[in-house]
Amino acid sequence: MGRSTKKGPYVDSRLRERIEELNRKGEKRVIKTWCRACVIIPEMVGHTIAVHNGKKHIPVYITEQMVGHKLGEFAPTRTFKGHGSPTERSTALR
Amino acid sequence: MARIAGVDLPNHKRVDIALTYIYGIGRKLSAKILEEANVEPGIRVKDLSDDELVRIQKEVEKYPVEGELRAQVSQNIKRLISIGCYRGMRHRQGLPVRGQRTRTNARTRKGPRRTAGAKRGR
Repeated sequence: MGRSTKKGPYVDSRLRERIEELNRKGEKRVIKTWCRACVIIPEMVGHTIAVHNGKKHIPVYITEQMVGHKLGEFAPTRTFKGHGSPTERSTALR
Repeated sequence: MARIAGVDLPNHKRVDIALTYIYGIGRKLSAKILEEANVEPGIRVKDLSDDELVRIQKEVEKYPVEGELRAQVSQNIKRLISIGCYRGMRHRQGLPVRGQRTRTNARTRKGPRRTAGAKRGR
């Protein structure tokens, strides 16, 4: 089920404050954050936010199209390096 | 020989069913369209009067259907891919997008099995 419209989108209050402060000062600085569930709001466009992926912060440059998505969608938590290639033993004639 | 929204021409079926042959129209939308166009859903397509056909056509035009709808869908997917979000990545990899398991099943997205087993001797 979706979130109640009464509450509006979930935006981490601390992150929002920091973004608004940067906007007031007209600065651009990378902000580190752990709140992957936070929705991207129009105020964040143009900033770079470093989103934690469980191990380190992945810098994400926010574009207009990303508004409405959540920060975590842009910092993958899993790395898949592919399956191993077939070895002599695994493909041996039976 | 009724032609609505391009190439669709199912005959001898009830209109409410025949309309679902159009991509983007299901049972629900079909019922709504016929209601709005004031056409009995039980009539066969071949028995429709020209006037009824025109009314249905007008009603169908209000919804994205066939090529237009397909374009919308593929555009949505392209957007997801271009912004580099998780769902876009899953589309790119041809894996399920909505969190389904991939250890087994997921054959619709992955296609036929490619087993890497032992080779059979002669």
